Amino acid sequence: MKISLTRLLIYIILAIFSIFYIIPMYIMVVTGMKSFAEVSLDTMWNLPNSFNFNSFSLAWLGSIKEGFRGISGSFLNSVFLVVPATVISALFGSLNGYVLTKWQFRGSDLIFTMILFGMFIPYQSIIIPLVLTLQRLHVYGTIPGLILVHVIYGIPISTLIFRNYYVTVPTEMVEASKIDGANFLGIYRWVIFPLSTPGFAVAMIWQFTSIWNDFLFGLIITPNPASQPITVALNNLAGSYIVQWNVQIAGALLTALPPILIYIFLGKFFLRGLLQGSLKG
Amino acid sequence: MQIKGDKWTPILFITPSIVAVGIFVYGFISWTSFISFTKWNNVMPDYTLVGFENYRKLFNNMRFQIDLHNTFVFTVIFVTSCLLIGLLLAVLIDQRIKGEGIFRNLFLLPMAVSFIVSGVIWRWLFNPGSFQLGNIGVNQLFEKVGLNFLTCGWYTDPNIGIKAVAIAAIWQFSGYTMALYLAGLRGIPLELREAAAIDGANQWKTFYYITLPFLRPITFGAIIILGHISLKIFDLVVAMTGSGPAFSSDVPAFFMYDTTFRGNHFAQGASIAIILLFLVSLLIIPYLITTFRKEA
Repeated sequence: MKISLTRLLIYIILAIFSIFYIIPMYIMVVTGMKSFAEVSLDTMWNLPNSFNFNSFSLAWLGSIKEGFRGISGSFLNSVFLVVPATVISALFGSLNGYVLTKWQFRGSDLIFTMILFGMFIPYQSIIIPLVLTLQRLHVYGTIPGLILVHVIYGIPISTLIFRNYYVTVPTEMVEASKIDGANFLGIYRWVIFPLSTPGFAVAMIWQFTSIWNDFLFGLIITPNPASQPITVALNNLAGSYIVQWNVQIAGALLTALPPILIYIFLGKFFLRGLLQGSLKG
Repeated sequence: MQIKGDKWTPILFITPSIVAVGIFVYGFISWTSFISFTKWNNVMPDYTLVGFENYRKLFNNMRFQIDLHNTFVFTVIFVTSCLLIGLLLAVLIDQRIKGEGIFRNLFLLPMAVSFIVSGVIWRWLFNPGSFQLGNIGVNQLFEKVGLNFLTCGWYTDPNIGIKAVAIAAIWQFSGYTMALYLAGLRGIPLELREAAAIDGANQWKTFYYITLPFLRPITFGAIIILGHISLKIFDLVVAMTGSGPAFSSDVPAFFMYDTTFRGNHFAQGASIAIILLFLVSLLIIPYLITTFRKEA
């Protein structure tokens, strides 16, 4: 079979772009695996001679001798933050989406649009009152405070995802249950919820990744290292002059790992969330 | 019958969300606007009203003028590159090529990682090195493959500054536009393309007269989404460069953080935030209205 010139050209262009996308990934993986003897800025593009996890363990545990903090504690903070925040905001999204598609009331479309606006605002425009309010509620600087914040500001996107999903569930099913005498919660429990797995998958994966990757809220709401999420810890690690560059890059890889694993294993749902983020269901 | 009782139950269940968004989005925005009209530019709150004083100072502030310019440069480079690269890659991938899944997943992978992660890596890749170290990062790579003329100071060069940040952002988001366009291309009815082929249109003509018009709503949506991301860009700047030499990579969102939480100029910070919100609203509100009016 002969490959036409156009085909060849297509592959060449794709290959060139692939290099652009691979380079940062390549540096992350290669640098992390080099031993301290081998790691040097002169040879940063070379492949490692052997497998070694020194950089990772230093980034993870930190070093008392060199005087910097590892990111392991923050990694756990992020887990304790992301898991409840993801589950709670998905539940809110599911209920809202159910109401907005199957129990529409006067003004419900306007309310939906007004809720949606919340996902586009620059959070700088609410951050000062937010800090003052969290201080008043005595949750400023704590992980529960961050959970509250992510749940509330996650309502718009999770509502959108579920609304777009429930639009595809035939309304006749709901109508039929209404005639059979089922009430609002009964229909949710027995008709809608059992059908919601794909919606939950999309919403939870989206929320997991965006909360894990969030930086602004963590930076401002948890200034104390003990409750900082991982992105803030990584930024501190990378901003420190005493931390070697290879340790910084190993820290970046550790921070990126959970979302990358999700992307690799559940990419289909990740993509769906991504496309819905642009409002097209 | 439970119909009557059920009329209020749905509203009851959505009320907590409405109240939360009402307070935390709309209430807080009003609160921030209020702060922006006060004298609170110190550690202790001072709610004496000063009218548009903070805004007047802001627009006379050199740093803010540079920030607006940087945002403009960043937005133009970032949005056009993402659209062009995304469209190109989507069209190429749509040609029923081998290894389609591999390319698609590779191009989209950067979307999954945090801006802080990409900022840390690109900071090392765009590190211009030093006299002792010689070339490192991308410059070293260029040197190795004989593209020496491409080596430069990247974000340490005030003339490049924010453009280096834009490259990292393009790396992260061009896969997203590819995915949008690819979904759009797959949505074009086959009959449409076939009809064009029967009418004797060549591939370029089909692309220009059938494909591009079909993709127009996607392009429109992508411009809104990418444009509002550019206005809000913050994390990447923090992790990669900070303000940079002569504020060459400074942006309003970073200025807001800097002046509010490091400088305790709360009213000044609030006024920056409100201007940012205003710019984002100019893009988003018409988009929200048109999108949902169409559906209703």
